[in-house]
Amino acid sequence: METPPPTPDAPDVLANTEIAVRVKDFSLWYGTFQALFAVDFNVKQGIITSLIGPSGCGKSTLLRSINRINDRLGYVRTEGVIEVLGKNVLDSDVALPQLRKQVGMVFQRPNPLPLSIRENILFSYTLHTPDARKRTKAEKDQIVEEALREVLLWDTVKDRLDHSATALSLEQQQKLCIARLLPVKPRVLLMDEPCSALDPEATAAVEELIWQLRGEYTILMVTHNMAQARRASDECAFMLMGKLVEHADTAEMFVTPRHKETADYIEGRYG
Amino acid sequence: MFKATELNLRNEQREKRWRLLFLLMALLLILPVLIILILLVYRGGPVISWSFLFEFPRNGMTEGGIFPALLGTIFLVVVALVFSVPLGVAAAVYLSEYAPDNWLTRTINLAIINLAGVPSIVHALFGVGAFVLFFEFGTSILAASLTLGIMTLPVVIVATRESLQAVPHAFREACWALGATRWQTIRRIVLPNAVSGILTGIILEVSRTAGETAPIMFTGAAFFVPFLPESVYDQTMALSLHLYTISTQVTGVPEDLPFGVALVLIGIVLSMNALSIAFRVYLRNKKKW
Repeated sequence: METPPPTPDAPDVLANTEIAVRVKDFSLWYGTFQALFAVDFNVKQGIITSLIGPSGCGKSTLLRSINRINDRLGYVRTEGVIEVLGKNVLDSDVALPQLRKQVGMVFQRPNPLPLSIRENILFSYTLHTPDARKRTKAEKDQIVEEALREVLLWDTVKDRLDHSATALSLEQQQKLCIARLLPVKPRVLLMDEPCSALDPEATAAVEELIWQLRGEYTILMVTHNMAQARRASDECAFMLMGKLVEHADTAEMFVTPRHKETADYIEGRYG
Repeated sequence: MFKATELNLRNEQREKRWRLLFLLMALLLILPVLIILILLVYRGGPVISWSFLFEFPRNGMTEGGIFPALLGTIFLVVVALVFSVPLGVAAAVYLSEYAPDNWLTRTINLAIINLAGVPSIVHALFGVGAFVLFFEFGTSILAASLTLGIMTLPVVIVATRESLQAVPHAFREACWALGATRWQTIRRIVLPNAVSGILTGIILEVSRTAGETAPIMFTGAAFFVPFLPESVYDQTMALSLHLYTISTQVTGVPEDLPFGVALVLIGIVLSMNALSIAFRVYLRNKKKW
């Protein structure tokens, strides 16, 4: 698979050094099991950062801590700070709906809601717009069209917006799952192995889409697939046993890793 | 090559005998159902007529129809559901969607299991103590229906909880990640997809409730009431109790009359079951995953 070329008019996102997500000295326990050990990790705004590491290294846990979707597990305890756009999201005055509006999440297994395509797109919009019911159909139609165009799905599904979203192909479902985040204009997109349930062709298509969203959104992507991290991210962080081992430019990390563990992992000696 | 030895042949023989035995046992299940149905239709069928269904009993319940009992059973079941369904569904939603795993939840679950195991005659005595005497509802439809309602609660809760749990967890997580609250998730995604299972459970429960005798005989159902119930504070007749009465308590009842009453009762139950199956098929075809 080829690296999707950056679009020529894309902003020079790499020059941006603003931090969108700042993880400081963050530790997490599931009951008595410590899953994360004092992680320090900065995600720069507007680029794609991939998070790699062997199974059970804590990369998904870290991702799921940023939008606090792990909260519902009653036995989770955390220490440290996770700042999103400058605000510690672990503070008690953070409203979860607001956090999740700003920080969208894409799951490993495409999980469109058992509603129509249109309803899926409008779902979060309805949740976060106080007078959503009073908005005209034309207004909503435009929201649906914009979101679907942005994920390159409009032409395929425009004639069956009222069909069930769960009848789409996996690739289309995953694109829809990305599209449904966009109407509320999130700033950060968390992606938990977004392509691992897809075949190679669909993977390429979704990767290309993610690459197009770069710049407008800050993307943090967990992946199991090192080739994917290499071809589809600007920066890369390597985690091992709950610790962040190394974080560097993707190109740099894959050519000259600074740590022996990183080198071993990317050369496939474990994981 | 590959010829069966003596041992193989003997094992094969045994295999056949065991298989036959198990098949016979399974077939035996059909027998009581068939016998009951045939007997009821054969002996009760001729009793049933328009006037049997829609007239009052006459002559010390040895003649006439069963209308007040038929109406009373429907009345009792409907009022029982009015109490048990909202309460049971709400409790199940809490247990399935909100409850953390702590001592309170475990206590509630234990209570449900125990409630399901309480014999119906004990429910009846509870009903007398609580609703008839303490709350002073008297022997009335209200007291009897509340007793029935409490008896059906565990089944409503368990059926609802199972239907809620059958909705894939990924849908909930998707909703939460979009910023939906628990309630928004429940209302827009979980309940709409669980409703077919919930309704099926309720309808099946109705059919069981309709046949109960013990919980209503001290709390609100009477052997004979010469008028139709006008409010929930009235006593009423009921099919199950009527069947018991004319079979054992009254002399001079034509032999086939109880079979007619039983046929009506079982007819209500079976048609309820059929309705629930049809409903389930209909809703399942509408499901979107």
